[in-house]
Amino acid sequence: MSNFGFNISNTRVISMDECNMGNVERLHLEVPSFKRCISCGACSATCSAHQFTDFNIRKLHNLYRRGQYAGLQEELKACMLCGKCTLVCPRGVNLRSMIINMRKILYEANKR
Amino acid sequence: MKKVAIIGAGPAGIEAASILANQQVEVLLFEKSLNTLSNMLDKAYLFPDFSPANDLVDKLNKKLLHQQITLFTGTEITDVKKDGKEWKVIDAKGMSYIVSAVLLTSGYSVFDAKRKEELGYGIYNGVITSIDLEKMIKYNQIENSMGDKPKRIVFLQCVGSRDEKSGNNYCSKICCVTAVKQAIEVKKLLPDTDVYIFYMDLRMWGQSFEEMYRESQEKYDVSYVRGRISEAASTFDKKIQIKAEDTLLGVPLKMTTDLLVLMVGMEASCGTKTLAETLHIKGEYGFAKSLNCHLQDNETTQQGLFIAGSCKRPMGINETLADARSASVIIMDYINAMQENDK
Repeated sequence: MSNFGFNISNTRVISMDECNMGNVERLHLEVPSFKRCISCGACSATCSAHQFTDFNIRKLHNLYRRGQYAGLQEELKACMLCGKCTLVCPRGVNLRSMIINMRKILYEANKR
Repeated sequence: MKKVAIIGAGPAGIEAASILANQQVEVLLFEKSLNTLSNMLDKAYLFPDFSPANDLVDKLNKKLLHQQITLFTGTEITDVKKDGKEWKVIDAKGMSYIVSAVLLTSGYSVFDAKRKEELGYGIYNGVITSIDLEKMIKYNQIENSMGDKPKRIVFLQCVGSRDEKSGNNYCSKICCVTAVKQAIEVKKLLPDTDVYIFYMDLRMWGQSFEEMYRESQEKYDVSYVRGRISEAASTFDKKIQIKAEDTLLGVPLKMTTDLLVLMVGMEASCGTKTLAETLHIKGEYGFAKSLNCHLQDNETTQQGLFIAGSCKRPMGINETLADARSASVIIMDYINAMQENDK
């Protein structure tokens, strides 16, 4: 087929009706404090990885809870599990455990 | 003569009437509608303690059974004039009453959601207001436009508030916590329903509001999305499709819902607007204006004319009651000083 130099852009819209929320429910069970996040961003502000790279745990948390898992598994590898985010969180979200469990859940989901 | 006219028999009017009456003041309480507390009659529960609204309505109405209080329902006050040291209050039928002081408690009305046409209220049956939902909760009849139990309910904050397009730049203040309260009530009645709240900011200003918000996330699985819904449309199966941006992700988002609940704000009631104009105490957005918001918040530029409650600005019920009590103290001072001068 001839290439005319045009292509169709994929939509960026998150369609909540088509999201698979199964992984979110699994995470709720493992880390109930996950639900309490109010996206203040204190975790990202204190995060050593965030100071030098694009790793943004506040944003990854938001993507996860909207069912946007693509690329998350790779991104989560940047976390060094130091746990400073857990120390600063005003809502008592166990972020360290959240990240470990996200990795676990996504690993199992992607293995299937 | 110790006689005070109170215009509006809502929570503020009744509370002030009862306190003044207990101080041996004769109170004439005027109400335009046929019922007292008409804005409260379809409320199910009150924030933040989830106490039944009916309890408060009954308790307030009971306070009116006082020999010093005369209640005039179905009586609209059309003019209020200074008459020497006294005040003359005139109703729609032309009857006039002479009193020493006047307290304006003419309250608020809710924003007419039809003015935000893009949100589809009055166009699609699945779009309702927080007032409609409160009734549904009260009578345990939460249904979508097809008469089914909704699988998803979406709340939208700031409808008619913080919105230049509606002509209201101010925050109505009570809608944030009302949505959290109603979301919890929906979850209590329909645990399997998905509940989303779209907000611009969540203003949990009152005692235990923040805890209620936290509980709604933790215990009731209410989801919050930061972003304002720009428009609503109907789908072929009579659901409502909404569009917004998840501003925390910077990505557009869409979803379909069985019910879209518009959290309508508070505006100055028609009576407040007219009387504030007539009495030359009109403030911003048609609300009545006090002398200053710190030490003279119940007084006006007119001596002997006082204001209390949501005719001044958006207020919750507990705040309105406290404001009515503070107005009563100021009015007592005013009447007593007047009598001293006459001696």
